[in-house]
Amino acid sequence: MRPARHAPFTPICDHTERPVAAFDRLDGMQRARNLIVCEHCDSVYRRRHLARGEVADCVVCGAVLERHQWLGVDAQFALIFAALIVFVIANVSPIVTLGLSGMKAATTLWGAVIAMWNDGAQIVAFLSAMTLFFFPLGQILIFGWVLWFARKGIRAPGFPLAMSALVRVKPWSMIEVFMLGTLVAVVKAHTYFDVVPGPGIWAFGFLTLLVTVFSSLDPRELWDMTAEAKA
Amino acid sequence: MSTPPRAIDLGMMACHVCRQVTAYTEDRHAHCPRCGNTLHARKHASVSRAWALLVAAAIFYIPANVFPIMRTQSISSKDDNTILSGILELWRAGSPGLAVIVFTASIIVPVLKFLIMGFLLVTVQRSSGMVARQRARLYRFVELVGYWSMLDVFVVAILSALVHFKILSRVEPLPGVVYFGIVVVLTMLSAMSFDPRLIWDNRKSQ
Repeated sequence: MRPARHAPFTPICDHTERPVAAFDRLDGMQRARNLIVCEHCDSVYRRRHLARGEVADCVVCGAVLERHQWLGVDAQFALIFAALIVFVIANVSPIVTLGLSGMKAATTLWGAVIAMWNDGAQIVAFLSAMTLFFFPLGQILIFGWVLWFARKGIRAPGFPLAMSALVRVKPWSMIEVFMLGTLVAVVKAHTYFDVVPGPGIWAFGFLTLLVTVFSSLDPRELWDMTAEAKA
Repeated sequence: MSTPPRAIDLGMMACHVCRQVTAYTEDRHAHCPRCGNTLHARKHASVSRAWALLVAAAIFYIPANVFPIMRTQSISSKDDNTILSGILELWRAGSPGLAVIVFTASIIVPVLKFLIMGFLLVTVQRSSGMVARQRARLYRFVELVGYWSMLDVFVVAILSALVHFKILSRVEPLPGVVYFGIVVVLTMLSAMSFDPRLIWDNRKSQ
């Protein structure tokens, strides 16, 4: 990927003379839309159009300001829908099956959650249920909800709440870690048991891939791409 | 290229949730005109919150490592493993690659998080202007790798669910894994409470 730079923002009024007043003028909101503030160091930039594959980095602290959104709203919706299907498969089918002298044992994600709950590790059961089930599912459903309406260029009912939820939930979704954890568990169990990977492990693998694609998308772009439904 | 101005110097601030740029306000109850979340130029009580959560995490880190996280039971033997002994077993069982991954996620990452967060908090409190760009990079690193420490917790969860062959063979979670899960959540919360903008605020040198 070629790194791109945003043109540094030039102050609205020259120098230090009461910039707030200038900002508050009628055209303030319009100007504000063209501005982007680095979330990590507070530097202000004028946004510029990004070409395919470009990523704008902050020149001060090096954090990513924004990425080119390489998928349109329709494609994003398709991807979310795919993720929902894969998520369902990942949750209903066994992840791995163990064999020990004729006996068999299989588990799903919820099997793991219930096992932890029953064996006295309720906190871990709760954490696993949230980070592996409720947060990822919530992310998929909420993103799907706003995208469904965004395809028509309008904001879904509850749009501000949904957008805030997406931003807040994002760091707590841990599908990728679970995927790696499953692999480690398989290798550990392999020493004593016959291990047969189930369809669930493939589904989780595919879901990990989709999650990676999603993390390159910024749902906050939708604020600029949609308008109030009332208008 | 000249250094871009900072929002706070221009009398602006950006919503922490939706990034909408608004005029600066001291009002604690001001709301973002676009998404409705509370506006604040800097995260509230960032340093003290981050410290509190970090210290709490460090305290829980001791039982997380001392207590065993998992019990493997068969007819003839009972074997309790701590995080470290589990890694050693994985190494001896012939998967050194995975042992390195688990060691990185369970030992190196949490320790690095304690060190880096402590370093960031101390330098911010001293208004140090030293290596700001590198510190910003360290913070992004902590945010990026933080949640991978949950690896061992999930491994125990899957094994406990799978290995359930009555008296023949069983795997059970032990208290260590609960403490470890708490450590990961607390360090993540600590990193989220920290406001990286503080690295660039009131630097003495420069």
